[in-house]
Amino acid sequence: MTVTALPSAAARPQRGISFDSTWLLWAAIIAVLLFLVVSPFIYLVITSFSDQRTGAFTFANYATAYGRSRYVDALLNSLRLGGTAALLAGAFAVPLAWAVARTDMPGRGLTRMLVLATFITPPYTGAVAWILLAGPNAGWLNRFYTLLTGAEAGPFNIYSFTGLAIVIALYSFPYVFIFTTAALELVSSEMEDAANILGAGPWRTMWRVTLPLALPAILGGLIICFLEAIALFGSPAMIAIPARFNVVTTQLFQFFGNPVRVEVAAAYAMPLLGVTILLILMQQLMTRRKGFVALTGKGGERRPILLGRWRWVMFGYAMFVASLAVFLPYLFLLQAAFAKAWGRGFALDNLSLRNFHFVLFEHATAAKSVINSFLYAGASATAAVILTLCVAYIVVRRLVPFGGLLGFLCVAPFVIPGVVLAIGFYAAYAPPPLSLYGTALILILAFTTRFLPIGYVNAGAALRSLNPEMEEAVRVLGGSRLTALRRVVAPLLKRSLLGAWLLIFIPATRELSAAIFLYGPNTKVASVMIFDMSEEGNLEYLAALALILQVLTLPLLWIGQKALGRDFMLRRNAT
Amino acid sequence: MSKLALKNVARLYGSVAAVADFSLELAPGEFVSLLGPSGCGKTTTLRMIAGFVPPSAGTIEMEGQQISSPSSVVPPEKRRMSMIFQSYAIWPNMTVGENVGFGLQVRRLSRAEIDRRVDAILDVVQMRNLKGRYPAELSGGQQQRVALARAIVVEPEVLLLDEPLSNLDANLREEMRFEIRRLHDAFKITTVYVTHDQSEAMVTSDRIVVMNKGRIEQVDAPHRLYARPRSRFVAGFIGRTNFLEGARQGSEVGFDGFSAAASRLEGANGTGTLLYSLRPQAIGLSSQKPNGSSVVVESEIAGRSYLGEYWDYQVRPLGAAKPMRVSTGPNVVFEVGSRVWLDIDPAAMVRVD
Repeated sequence: MTVTALPSAAARPQRGISFDSTWLLWAAIIAVLLFLVVSPFIYLVITSFSDQRTGAFTFANYATAYGRSRYVDALLNSLRLGGTAALLAGAFAVPLAWAVARTDMPGRGLTRMLVLATFITPPYTGAVAWILLAGPNAGWLNRFYTLLTGAEAGPFNIYSFTGLAIVIALYSFPYVFIFTTAALELVSSEMEDAANILGAGPWRTMWRVTLPLALPAILGGLIICFLEAIALFGSPAMIAIPARFNVVTTQLFQFFGNPVRVEVAAAYAMPLLGVTILLILMQQLMTRRKGFVALTGKGGERRPILLGRWRWVMFGYAMFVASLAVFLPYLFLLQAAFAKAWGRGFALDNLSLRNFHFVLFEHATAAKSVINSFLYAGASATAAVILTLCVAYIVVRRLVPFGGLLGFLCVAPFVIPGVVLAIGFYAAYAPPPLSLYGTALILILAFTTRFLPIGYVNAGAALRSLNPEMEEAVRVLGGSRLTALRRVVAPLLKRSLLGAWLLIFIPATRELSAAIFLYGPNTKVASVMIFDMSEEGNLEYLAALALILQVLTLPLLWIGQKALGRDFMLRRNAT
Repeated sequence: MSKLALKNVARLYGSVAAVADFSLELAPGEFVSLLGPSGCGKTTTLRMIAGFVPPSAGTIEMEGQQISSPSSVVPPEKRRMSMIFQSYAIWPNMTVGENVGFGLQVRRLSRAEIDRRVDAILDVVQMRNLKGRYPAELSGGQQQRVALARAIVVEPEVLLLDEPLSNLDANLREEMRFEIRRLHDAFKITTVYVTHDQSEAMVTSDRIVVMNKGRIEQVDAPHRLYARPRSRFVAGFIGRTNFLEGARQGSEVGFDGFSAAASRLEGANGTGTLLYSLRPQAIGLSSQKPNGSSVVVESEIAGRSYLGEYWDYQVRPLGAAKPMRVSTGPNVVFEVGSRVWLDIDPAAMVRVD
């Protein structure tokens, strides 16, 4: 035809599947994933069978790791702790989720906001707040109790198994909440109407229809809580150690003390890894089963269930949970942060900005630790988003055979607890030739690996929502695949990718479980700093630092909500 | 030389043949539809022509140059074709003008030239006043027009359309059929149009390729396809029809309730069951016994439906097991149960496989 004709490339056909840049990219991604995911895992296993000095094959590490009854007790404690915390979390979360998703309880938006506030509170910050609240004798709840009753001592003691379980449950119940609301929002009113018209009242309908439909999701959420509880390091370290019992993670930390016994730690981490893999598989089976609402997409129109007078009872319960997780902890964190000495209470002459001044300008490393946290989190969020976007694109568009393998490697870190991941990274990259121990790089790499699954799930969902015809239209009009990516795919995914970035960045700024094993003198992050302060007993400084970290998160949250909607952190693919 | 030639093209997915032994030649400027039920391989064929899917066997040539074979495929962006997708694939991040101008930009035309051509084509599809709008602000029909403009403005060698009207409501669909044909008459672009809607294919096409289970059933002009279907599938897929089973009895062929002279029937020399297609419109219906040379059968009205534009009667010849469907004008009214005469012209009966 006329001038618009493209250069006649018809004469120079290309091979259908050729060894072009796609394959190079594929190889590069494989290499990166091997480095990030596979190699630490393999090193973990190898190290657990290696003699500390000679490196020869041995079972001695396992014998050491399980040879003492207190080591085994720590394992059992973890399982009990996980179970108790998960059940408590269920008791907090399920009624709230039901009330928010399906009823006319007042303050539903407020409740969601408070759950979000809970979700962005790092568990160790919550633990510190609860030390202020329920420490024996000096804890505020005990002081109010003695004041009111005249008794000599209050009944609350955070330094106990129950105390630890409650604190963990209070900051992991949002997982159950997220899973349950997501499932309940897919139960259509028509399903409930069908039960009603056959003679079932609202309560019976809830018990017989609504809850059973949401049950797999609820159990899935409980499993996540259980795993969160057994993998957690900060809260147990702050509470269990003073209470003179150990859990897996605190015991692992002790194996890492002087001298570092990484071989024993690796052997000791295996049950934690095994339990996690097993339960995640179970959870996937449960929530993936077809025929359940979790998968049926739109559930039709939903009308709230009218609770009548009970709506205020539900609201009371929601505010009770919020008091335990948000109101009371933040009130007393604020008090401590602005107090000369937190024990002296709310008196005006006890008010001071000294703690903030000290933390920001005088303390040798506190301010730098916050900067480190944000730098490392930014670097790992960026790396994880770019990497998972490439993988998701290759997988979703089926550009290479066995692309599914790449996707699997991206989500695999989900089953590796942060503590275990850190030990794997230590085993793989601390020794020469890389000698990364104590560098910023090892922290960034570990964070990247830890949050790959969040990136992959979000990038995959975003790409799947993009009709491939959008790109085909570019190509058929003469644009290359690269043009399609640049002009169409990237602009359309901007929001989702920003969302994924934030969903990684925010938790990465408060990551402790992996960081505590990998930081060095110059790479201390804010979470480690807070942990150190708690060991030194500087609760006023600690409160100030913890609040600074929270306040710095707020603008990010605001950006996320602007770009992606109010609940962007409370969706299923956020966890 | 033909514009586009598909030679024994096949496409396997695993061991399943989505398309098998597909051969077709398009003359320059011709409008050809690929018509068939979902899963018949028509979209796969189109995507092979576009270069998105390599053939498992056979070749595709454009103006004599090979563009697809199992071993080498010219990528879509080098084929100088354009395509309209089922989802329209209008880029939501670009305005109407940017969408339409995209292909020209890729071809590195000057900004002034791009503007001139975009304005001209937007005039043709009556969208000039919406040039600055974003796709989210457009109705389905308007998006469709943008997709048309975007595909035509680059003056492609071949235009491909993949069920472009399936997302529109019925009225708009009818309007857009004529629009597509109008644009074809104006620009004379060689076009391949995929659809499962027979009336769409009939309104737009010079020739229709009826496909079933990955194979070509028949290629013909619309009126030939309707009047002379060659297979039971084509007869059943294009319009409504009566399938009549007959058997040779001496010089006659006997059907359910009537018989016709073998000499007047097409292909009546076969043995065993002979299958014929007879369109409901081709059957006469009257209350008086008609005169003439056709086959006349006394019958009874077994049921009827009124569809506004015509009556759809079920008429059972006396002594027959099954009724036949007969269409008449809306003013020809018979009550259910009344006696009528069927008037069947054996020449209208088409032998099908």
